[in-house]
Parts: sequence; structure tokens; C-alpha cells
Amino acid sequence: MLRLTDRGLYCEAADLYIDPWLAVDRAVITHAHGDHARWGSGWYLASREGARVLRTRLGDDASIELVDYGETRTINGVSITLVPAGHILGSAQVRLEHRGEVWVVSGDYKTEPDPTCTPFEPVRCDTFITESTFGLPIYRWCAQDETFADLRAWWRDNASEGRASLVYAYALGKAQRILAGVAGADVGPVYTHGAVERLTADYRESGVRLAATTPVSTLPKGTSFAGSLIVAPPSAAGSPWLRRFGDVSTAFASGWMQVRGARRRRALDRGFVLSDHVDWPALLGAIEATGAENVWVTHGYRDQVARFLNERGLNARAVASHWEGENDEQPAVADEGALA
Amino acid sequence: MKQFARLYSAIDSTTSTNAKVSAMADYFASAQPADAAWAVYFLSGGRPKRLIPVRRIATWAMEEARVPEWLFDECHHAVGDLAETIALLLPSSVHAIDADALPLHAWVVHRLLPLATMTEEEQRAAVLAAWRELAGTERYLWNKLITGSFRVGVSEQLVARALAKASGIDEGVIAHRLGGHWTPTAESYTALVAADSRDADVSRPFPFYLAYALEGELESLGDAREWQAEWKWDGIRAQLIRRDGRTYVWTRGGELVTDRYPELVEAGDHLPDGTVIDGEIMPWKSGGALPFAQLQRRIGRKTLGPKILAEVPVVLVAYDLLELNGRDLRTTPLAERRAELARIVDAAALSCAFVLSPIVPLETWDDARHAHADARTRRAEGLMLKRLDSEYGVGRRKGSWWKWKVQPYSVDAVMVYAQPGHGRRALLHTDYTFALREGDALVPFAKAYSGLTDAEIRTLDAWIRRHTIDRFGPVRQVEPVQVFELHFEGIQRSPRHKSGVAVRFPRIARWRTDKTADEADTMDTLRGMLEAPV
Repeated sequence: MLRLTDRGLYCEAADLYIDPWLAVDRAVITHAHGDHARWGSGWYLASREGARVLRTRLGDDASIELVDYGETRTINGVSITLVPAGHILGSAQVRLEHRGEVWVVSGDYKTEPDPTCTPFEPVRCDTFITESTFGLPIYRWCAQDETFADLRAWWRDNASEGRASLVYAYALGKAQRILAGVAGADVGPVYTHGAVERLTADYRESGVRLAATTPVSTLPKGTSFAGSLIVAPPSAAGSPWLRRFGDVSTAFASGWMQVRGARRRRALDRGFVLSDHVDWPALLGAIEATGAENVWVTHGYRDQVARFLNERGLNARAVASHWEGENDEQPAVADEGALA
Repeated sequence: MKQFARLYSAIDSTTSTNAKVSAMADYFASAQPADAAWAVYFLSGGRPKRLIPVRRIATWAMEEARVPEWLFDECHHAVGDLAETIALLLPSSVHAIDADALPLHAWVVHRLLPLATMTEEEQRAAVLAAWRELAGTERYLWNKLITGSFRVGVSEQLVARALAKASGIDEGVIAHRLGGHWTPTAESYTALVAADSRDADVSRPFPFYLAYALEGELESLGDAREWQAEWKWDGIRAQLIRRDGRTYVWTRGGELVTDRYPELVEAGDHLPDGTVIDGEIMPWKSGGALPFAQLQRRIGRKTLGPKILAEVPVVLVAYDLLELNGRDLRTTPLAERRAELARIVDAAALSCAFVLSPIVPLETWDDARHAHADARTRRAEGLMLKRLDSEYGVGRRKGSWWKWKVQPYSVDAVMVYAQPGHGRRALLHTDYTFALREGDALVPFAKAYSGLTDAEIRTLDAWIRRHTIDRFGPVRQVEPVQVFELHFEGIQRSPRHKSGVAVRFPRIARWRTDKTADEADTMDTLRGMLEAPV
């Protein structure tokens, strides 16, 4: 039903692409991250939950048709349904049904609970196209309550010594998940980088409850940042923007922080393991829950995951895509920074 | 163990030397002597020898984690460190004990060291038991200890500084006591920080005094006549100690290498008791230096036959005299130490294994410049400049001693292969192979790991991922278009290298984005730099 072309995953029967990396006539978008939602296509189909962030990403001129989760749209006999993916606000899996056959494209997803978006729902299908950003068994997330407790303890320690706490997090999704996680933590004020603030406003307008924030850019000169928590995109690291904060402890919230080398290379004070992707056990669990016989594995450790699934008797293949997931070096961050 | 794990995390999460020293000093101030002793041992790079073959440990980890070997290897590639890979793959610990109940020395003495004499089955049971008890950083550290790969970013000097800070004993005394065969027991730790410093074992060397690279112009050093210039030799820095009728040779790396240099032991017999000479072990023949590569043939050999001793004889090029007649001369001005050194070496002239480090006459700074330009022809790697009134200090200090190395050799080469690094560089391609043109072909001749900024490494990594032609395991063959200026210190013919030459200490000087592969240097350029065969 789907095949891979040089523009992306293509459904011939419905004549549309899913998360194409080049401009096409019709695109179904799983979520608003830069590597999945690209500019320039003629028409987009996306989830209503993510409408505001997608609009911020694609601009006012984009033609976007919105559907609710679970609502089915039929095009040339192909039934298209968006199902919650639990990755970020509005993220969706795409379910395609044609002549009794069901395919599901996961987009990026996680099965952990997240107060900023509708939780992941498993969908039975014949063929499941899954991401594999953290598709190695070394990636097993600790309970997020522990991570948030660590983060708040770090903030409190810094505050008690008159230091600011700066946490780098992807501007769309992770930043808001942190803001939800620290809501009600009575430590100090929470400040944001412009790229984070704009998307945070989209989240609030979409009805997500987050800690109160103030953009750094609106603060008067000479504001003391001691005791505050600052949320900034990773692209702000090493930039002159940081100079104003004085004594500051830095941390990065990402699944990559699981590995010591990734923490050390960024010369961070702390690394918090917090990911919007499935870890290894959740990935295997999600694949199993689909009941799919065929599994296509995209971006991340696709060769390794495909081989592992094949050895377990599934019909799996690695599929080269231009999606990056939570790329450690995150080229997508460049355009996040551009929103500042 | 928990306390030590906390110390490890504190050291590991900062790049500030002061913060590392403070963390260690806090630990030493509160730890039990038996634990502190092992902490000193591990922090200064000590490791118990060959407890268990590493692959055996990996196999048990695969079984325990139920991961096939190929997937284990993939994980190892991604993490870049075996001990960490295992710590991440193992299932959560089942009955985590209160790790404080078993302090560091108990872990080492009762759990770690006995592994060496166990049968394979016993080893397996012991390692699995520890894995099931430990979690997080402690499990990772245990893996580092059993695989003999424990390493943390501190030097023995920093450990000595932290001990000095915690105990109030002079850093030099601590460093002196730490040198040599220090055994990690509660008693030796207590002796290490004891107030009475007359204890020093006769075999122990003084801490080596090191020079910083010259900054700025020679003229900024003042009057040239207040300085002593010597050649900077490229050998093995060492101290030769003659005390109580015995001779000891210590390298700067803190290794006792007496047995490897019988020439020096014999020469020691010509020295009066209570003598310590600082110098450079050099391969030396017919009154001149041999290339360093010759010395490498002797390093690491356990037994030295008459052939190698005849082919690569060594001398100690004597730089300085640190002890005379049992008296510590280090605070005596250099000029006086040098005069005594000359006398001692002269008196020991029966032995040809001592060479007094030649003084480069210095009236004006131009004399230094001329000598510097001439250094390579003597197989020296530059000049040392020492104030005539300088003391022999401890560690690396700025001010009275400077090293002024000659400009390195330089070629523009094309990157042909790349592979991921280890540790903090594991997720990036940071190890590169470079080639030079030979007709239409590209001949690989050097690997280099250092010299690029983190930003350049990231940019290059992204480029490598998109321009890979072929893959051999973790190694990627890339399109031969990126040109880099490589520097290296020496060049030698080598039948063992495909290119026919071996270069010493190659590193990247800069990324020549202004050059295309056609503009890179050729093998002919490189061969033109070969020294005349010796």
C-alpha cells in the first residue's frame, strides 16, 4: 500500500505522501517536528490537537485540513485515520486501510504517559512502519518521576547556592513536557528562550497546563537569574545569549543522556534522561501490540532493530528515511533557533 | 563504595581542576584510611593486573542480559566503553544491598582481588553476584575495576594536591611518597599523610619538574645571559637514583624501569651514594642520538638480548642534579647544580652511559634562534630554556623553565577513512585516516585523532555520514575530497607501513576547506622529508 520514493513514503492508491521530505501535492503529517513537517506542500492533513504548533511551523499560508483522532477520511477508497502517538502535542500515527489491508505509520512515538499530549494507542495492523531512534537495548528509561525529582533537586541545590539552572530541551515537545513537570514546584521563577516561549504559548492555547513562564527577552537589564530555571533549545549552547545568566549550571534533557559519552562531550553539568521516544522494551512491546506480520523500521537503529525482529520470526526490513528522530546533533534545532 | 561512587561522579561531571581537587580533598578528609588508600591507588591510575579476560566478562553479560553477541557489539559501538555498555544492558539489580555496608576496601580486598585466583565458574558466580547487588554508578565502577579500565580525569599530581589539601602535608612530600611502589593499605595511607617526612623510601624519585611551551617572544624573558639553553631531546625522561649502594631508574610516568637499561645500572656503580640525576634516556651511538623509533624497539621488551643491546645502546643525557651526598639540591640555583652535575658525570667518565647535556652557548637571543633552527639535524626536538638561578620545582609551573619545540613537519593530506572514537567521542566520527597522492592513487599514511574543535568535529561528522562510499564494520570509507593540514614530529622509513614511511605523533593542524584533493601534497613530498638513513 505504501512504498518509499525519493520524496518519502507514498500511498499510490490515495496519491499522497506521509511526512514527505520534499514538497508534494498532498501530505499527511504525523507531527510538527522539522524533519516530519516540511514547508511547501500543497495540502496537509494533520491532527486537530496539534493545529496550533503545526501552524506556527508551516506558516499562515499553508493549506491544512484538520481531523480529530479516530476520525476517518476516505480518499480514493483508502481510509485514513490519525491515532494518538504520544510523542508531542498533536502527534499521530497514520492508519491506512485499503481493500481489507491495514498499514500503520508510527511517526515518532512513546508509550510513557505525558501530560502534554494524548497518550499513545496501539493499533492492530498487517504492516507497521516504526521509528527506531533509541532502538538498542542500552536505552531503557528510568521512571520519569525519578527524572523530574532529580531535576527539581538540581534546581533546588543551585538555587540554594545562588546559581541559575539552565536546561536545554528541544523547543517543541520536550521543553513543554519539562514545564508541565515542574508546574507547582516552588523553587524560583521559570524563564524561557524565545523559541521555547512561542511554542509554549501554542501549547497553552491548546489547553495544556504548564508552569508560568517569562521570556528572558522581556526582562529588564540587570535582572538577577539566581534561583531561576531557564529553558532553552540546545542550539543556544555556547552562544552569547548565555552570558547574561552569570553563575549558571547547565543540563540537557534527552534520551541521549543515557550514555556518559554524550553527556561529557557537551561539557554539561548534568544530563537528565528524558525522551519523547520509546525505549527498547517499549519499542518491542509496541511492535508486538500491533500484531503486525510485516515491520518496516525507519530512522535510528533501523538495521539493528530489523535484524533483531527477523531473528524473532517477524518479517522486518530496514527502510532508509530522511527522518532523524531525536538526533543527537539535531540539525532541526537550527530552524528552532531561527524562531527565537 | 557509595562514597567512592559519589566522588567519581563529582570528578566526572566537572571540567574544573579546582572542583576535582576539592571533591577529592573532601573525600580524603572523611574516608577511612583503608578506603582512602584504595581511592589513591585507583585515582592515580593503579589497576590490578589481569583479573579476568575481558571477553569472558562480556559473554556473561550477554547471557545475563539475554542479548545476542552481534547486538551486544552494536551497543558497545554506540556507547564506546565496554564497562558502561554492560552496566546499561544488565537487568536492574534484584537485591540491592546497602552499598555503604561494604566499603571500598572491602569491595576491593574481598570481592575484586580474589577474582584473580578463582576458577572460571567461581569468577562467573562472583561477578554475577556483584552485578545483581549493584546499580547505577556503582555497577559501572565495578565493571571498570574488573575490566581493568578504571580511569578518571585526574593525574597523580592532582591526587597529591588533594591529599595535601586534606592533610596539610606539603604537596612535594606527598608526591615523593606516592612515587614508586606504593601499596594501598591503611598503614601506607596513614604513612602517606603522616607529619614526619623522614620516612622516604630510598628508591623513590623526586617529582619531575616540567616546562611549559614558550609563549611570546624570547626577548620577553629578559637578558639571554641569565638563561641556560640545552637541546630538548626526544627520549624518555627519567631519574637515575643511587642510594644505599643500589641504582634505580624511574620514568616520568612513575614506572620503575631499572631492569630494562642494564647500561644505566652499570653506570650507577660509578656514582657516589646519595645521588639523583634527572635526564633523558636516549638511544645513542657514535656520539649522537638515534631516532626515537629505535628506542621503541627496546621499550616493552621483557628480555634484552645481546643483539638489541648492541644495536640500540642507551645513555642518560644528564640534565640536572637533584641530590648529592644525600642532600636535596632542588632549591640550589640551577647554575650551581649544573656545576656539580658536570663534576659528577666527569668523575663517572669511566662509564660511557652518561652524557652531560650539552649547553648551547647563549650571549644573545639570536644564538638561541640559530640553535633552534639547527635542532633537527641533531635529532633534538627543540630547545629548553632554564633560568640560571631557577630551583627544581614540582610539577608543571610557569616562569623559570620553558620548552621551545621546533616547527613540526607539515603536509596537506586527504581524508579517506573515518571511524567513531571512544568514550566521550563514541557517537561521532573522530578518528581519521589520511592519504597522499601517488600518481592516480591515494596512499594512506597516517591516522590522526586530535586537532579539530568540537564544532568542526560535528560538522565533519555530518559530512562523513552523507559521503560514505563503503563501510567496513565501524570504519567508513569517505569520498576523498576533504583536505587537512597535518603536523608531525618525525619521519622514518618503515617496511611495516603500506606507504613505506612512519610519521611520529601526527595531528590535525587545520581543516583546509580552501583546498581541493588535487591540491593536496604527494607521497614524493613526504619522502623528501625522510631523514638520511642511519
